[in-house]
Amino acid sequence: MSTSGSSPIVTIMGCVIVAIRDDLDDREVLMLQDQLVEEVARVKARGVIIDIASLEIVDTFAGRMLGSMAQMAHMMNARTIVVGMRPAVAMTLVELGMTLDGVETALNADRAMSLILGRRIKPS
Amino acid sequence: MTDESWTVALVRQSDVAFARQVAMKAMTAIGASAIKKTKFVTAVSEIARNAVIYGHGGAITFRVVGIGLHRSVVGECTDRGPGIADMQLALKDGYTTGSGLGLGLSGARRLVDRFDIISSAESGTTVTLESAAR
Ligand SMILES: Nc1ncnc2c1ncn2[C@@H]1O[C@H](COP(=O)(O)OP(=O)(O)OP(=O)(O)O)[C@@H](O)[C@H]1O
Ligand SMILES: [Mg+2]
Repeated sequence: MSTSGSSPIVTIMGCVIVAIRDDLDDREVLMLQDQLVEEVARVKARGVIIDIASLEIVDTFAGRMLGSMAQMAHMMNARTIVVGMRPAVAMTLVELGMTLDGVETALNADRAMSLILGRRIKPS
Repeated sequence: MTDESWTVALVRQSDVAFARQVAMKAMTAIGASAIKKTKFVTAVSEIARNAVIYGHGGAITFRVVGIGLHRSVVGECTDRGPGIADMQLALKDGYTTGSGLGLGLSGARRLVDRFDIISSAESGTTVTLESAAR
């Protein structure tokens, strides 16, 4: 599925989508964040969808990355939606005291896509 | 009964990911629930990272204790660092001397069934984490 520690990033209709492969170390988490930011800028993305369904744990480091990713994308006018969070991960994040402010969630990538594209076609 | 134990050296960041994998294996071995696994492995991740970042490296050892339905996993993380001068402060939510969120120690403590920490300038820091299967 992936090679040498990188999760595949694809862009569909202005949405940058990544399915994080299981268990990234801290350096790989930061590399992924850099790649996502670069891709958002390159394609002038409207949204970022981060699929964490394969993650059995999200600790303070990975959680912080999700939060700062959302902030950076926001400054580039893109919306970040995290999908596929396992119930055990959600419970653990709450007990850790990580609120993930500013991070939107959706059930799956399809829902996240329509949230992002829905906003895009809304008249301003 | 088991004397089995697994030790992971903690030197660099990638060792923290390896410690998580071993912690997950140990929890799976005792038939732990998804939530107990996730909580324990997350706590291990926090404590192992602290050992690498603040403790100048060390090691974490996992062993299974108890029998049958009462088995649990004990993780003992030892480092050779400077120790923690003010333990009460370090265990507070939001306290950090680094660039973190200061949620590692306090959060890890809430995630496990038993949390012990011993620290001194001479011997470094030892954190013991224990989690039952359910
Ligand atoms: N093994 C250790 N040796 C020495 N000092 C430590 C150790 N573990 C923690 N500390 C001290 O305790 C503080 C709090 O640790 P804690 O893990 O709660 O937060 P953090 O690592 O700073 O941030 P976070 O874990 O949220 O990313 C650290 O900033 C550090 O000063
Ligand atoms: Mg920490």
